[in-house]
Amino acid sequence: MSVIAQAAAPRRLARSRFTFDRLEVLGPLFILPAILYVVVLVGLPFLLALYYSVSAYSIFNPSYTFVGLKNFREVIDSEIFRRTLANTLIFTISAQIIGLLLGKIGAMLLMQEFPGRRLARALIVLPWAVPVSLATLAWVWMFDSLYSVINWTLVAAGLIDAAHRPQWLGQEDLAMIAVAVVHAWRLFPFGVVIFLAGFTSVPQDVLDAATIDGAGFWRRNYQIILPIIAPIIMIAVIFGTVFTFTDLSVVYLLTKGGPINSTQVLGSLAFQVGILSGDVAHGAAICLFLFPFLLVAVILLLRSLRRREI
Amino acid sequence: MAAVATKDIRKDFGDVAAVDGVSLSVRDGEFLVLLGPSGCGKTTFLRIIAGLERQTSGDVLINDEIVNDITPRARGVAMVFQSYGLYPHLTVANNIAFPLKTQGTPRPEIKRKVDWAAGLLGIDGLLHRRPRQLSGGERQRVALARALVRNPTVFLLDEPLSNLDAKLRASARSELKQFQQKVGTTTIYVTHDQVEAMGMGDRIAVVDHGKLRQIGTPSEIYDHPADDFVASFLGTPPMNLVEHNDGLLGFRPEHFLPREMLDGAALSELPFRIDRMEYLGSERILYGALDGFHAKREVTAKLPAHVPLSGIRAGEWHKFAVREAELRYFDRDGRRTVSAKEQAR
Amino acid sequence: MPRAAGKVVGQSSFYAAVVTLVVFAAFPFYWMLITTFKTDGDLYNLKSIPYWFNAPPTLEHLKYLFEDTLFVQWLSNSALIGLCVVVITLLVALPAGYGLARMPGRSGENLSIGIFLTYLVPPTLLFLPLARVVTLLGLQDSMWALVVVYPTFTIPFCTWLLMGFFKSVPREIEEAAIVDGCTVVGAFVKTVLPLSVPAILTVVIFAFTLTVQEFVYALTFISSSSEKPVTLGVATDLIRGDIFYWGELMGAALISSVPVAIAYNLFLDRFISGITGGAVK
Repeated sequence: MSVIAQAAAPRRLARSRFTFDRLEVLGPLFILPAILYVVVLVGLPFLLALYYSVSAYSIFNPSYTFVGLKNFREVIDSEIFRRTLANTLIFTISAQIIGLLLGKIGAMLLMQEFPGRRLARALIVLPWAVPVSLATLAWVWMFDSLYSVINWTLVAAGLIDAAHRPQWLGQEDLAMIAVAVVHAWRLFPFGVVIFLAGFTSVPQDVLDAATIDGAGFWRRNYQIILPIIAPIIMIAVIFGTVFTFTDLSVVYLLTKGGPINSTQVLGSLAFQVGILSGDVAHGAAICLFLFPFLLVAVILLLRSLRRREI
Repeated sequence: MAAVATKDIRKDFGDVAAVDGVSLSVRDGEFLVLLGPSGCGKTTFLRIIAGLERQTSGDVLINDEIVNDITPRARGVAMVFQSYGLYPHLTVANNIAFPLKTQGTPRPEIKRKVDWAAGLLGIDGLLHRRPRQLSGGERQRVALARALVRNPTVFLLDEPLSNLDAKLRASARSELKQFQQKVGTTTIYVTHDQVEAMGMGDRIAVVDHGKLRQIGTPSEIYDHPADDFVASFLGTPPMNLVEHNDGLLGFRPEHFLPREMLDGAALSELPFRIDRMEYLGSERILYGALDGFHAKREVTAKLPAHVPLSGIRAGEWHKFAVREAELRYFDRDGRRTVSAKEQAR
Repeated sequence: MPRAAGKVVGQSSFYAAVVTLVVFAAFPFYWMLITTFKTDGDLYNLKSIPYWFNAPPTLEHLKYLFEDTLFVQWLSNSALIGLCVVVITLLVALPAGYGLARMPGRSGENLSIGIFLTYLVPPTLLFLPLARVVTLLGLQDSMWALVVVYPTFTIPFCTWLLMGFFKSVPREIEEAAIVDGCTVVGAFVKTVLPLSVPAILTVVIFAFTLTVQEFVYALTFISSSSEKPVTLGVATDLIRGDIFYWGELMGAALISSVPVAIAYNLFLDRFISGITGGAVK
């Protein structure tokens, strides 16, 4: 290769060009901007969050006094926070379960050929495809205290007395249900897509072999297909869990955390405390409770990715 | 153990007939090879026999009973796929055990049968491994063990050697044949490789474009091909076919020799212009053209290498000949006909 | 015949299941659609059947939306932000993905997983300190803050996606170009990039839709109405006091959602093969 380069250009130029114009040298340079971006705008803010959480920083008192773990202790002591943590877990787990179930059912239905299948798939994907805030607004309207179409339907079907219309966003337990429903609604199309991908990735030979070996529909599904696509499903579950656990938009727009902080989640509480109330230190502390959870998710994800490689 | 038969099986995909009226029967314990080029419908046909696909019309019979509506498992067929179709998440032992588990076989019997099948195929040491840890040859044996373990009525094999590298293929071929002879199960084996077919089959069924061209023993197929397709599909290099009398005249390269090598009467002399020669160690292939005959491909002659090439040079004409008994005649539709002389005999 | 009857039951329960799922997924959008075109009188009437028009459909909400609100401004903000973020993402992720794909050994793979993991660090963890950083940069209350911050979640995923793709492009092609006299960058641009159009398209669609959907950072950094992207503007500015302008709200939501939904559908198949592409060797 050097012979060709030397034949084409003056010797000195060719040599210096050869030194720099190699993938071994340029490769790391190519990667650098991405790493820088991530370090500066993700890594540093993260460290900053840690820093704030152990300080007494607030909008009104921007001082960097070190207070140790005081913020964390105060946060944990707060009943609102404990309720918030519980909510976050409840919403996340329920959304995953429903999302997975509906996702699997939906994928199995969409695997069949039937007229209108493409349209059905496009419609089913909609909740996940459109911006969270806009979709949530539609649900706010659907849960409206006076004009809720859901209530109207329930009354018209004779299931509810017109005088006792449920206040979806105004009553504690109903609000919890409302948030859970919106989360599950957003998540299950993602599940459908992932399961579809998984189902189509199983080699036909393996399915045929299972048929020949006498495995009926259910056995094929639970003993052959599911174990094979488990790593892909795992990855999807981890992502889905992270989406729900770290959500702020749905709760903020649907209930603003109310009524009376009963539907707060970590994200929305952190926003309320850190931005709306200006108490950056405590807000940061609340945010950081997301971290151990994320760490676990990351570790699980790595393990699933490794297994998938095999 | 069973005899398998098909009556006029048709399979249409839209306008295309993938299988176009195939009837054949396989004797109990026989090793039948379905031979044909890629896309000729042989795999589809095999899958119909297995029950994985439903034929458009026609019947599949096992032991004289029509099984069209019966599931693969109930037909008792076992199949080995081209990529083996092993369950990637199960150990070798569990792969082999799977067909027994679906039938509710009790645990101790499962273990006994798995050990027996693994022993027969020499893979007892691999029982705790997973498919991804095995070589191609090992995976094939696991697939065979899984097929064997429930005493199937018939083995269906879909090009099981094509994923092995060439060196392994020859030994795997003879091992497979010996295995089948030992076990004695009726076997239908699909391949596009005529060497495999000739080497393994008790009978060969040649298939093209969904139609059965000829079924017979290897020597019947080779020496007495029913049409020009069969004639040119088998044999390396393929049979020479030249236009003659509104039909085709065929002769195999190994029968096309220099005049001086053949003695006796009943010879057809054919002047041969040699364009080039290949020396392959054990034989020589000569490529060229015949005087006065038109052919689609180069005419070839195959000489054993130990024969001296006196006077035979590239670029020259030489007198070659074929014994009349080795000439084959085909009519304009490609079907084999007998010459007047043969009829007289 | 019992078998035929069983088949009918099976088929109808199949279709029932499909319809139920589709209705569950799509009804809110139907609701958006119909609300947009209903008159206020029809909307806020407890007596009327909500599922269809009781008065003739109207364009008054859309008119109000386009003429009397900053909706058009928000849409163009979102579009501009999206465009800029896509450009930044491509500029950073293309070389990064290529560099990682061509790195020898497993170090490239590991580094890419590291970058990919940052995708999991959510806005709800970072928005607080980033708000301070944005103020420090003087970008508070400006949509350019979003242009700077959004690539933090598009770059990781897109780099990983592109790396996977570039790995599948055989090295021989670039090597042939280099032997013919190209520089490394030249070989990349002239040989690999033209082959990568589908992957680049995927990245563009993905980055754009992700950007246009974002809410948390927008909510945190921006308060001036004219700087808001559409997701934020619609959620905050179409509410006066306690009164929700539902007709306008739903109209805005509908108009903003449709292009994103269409883009997603185009992108879906690629996304699937992206996720399983590594799994199905």
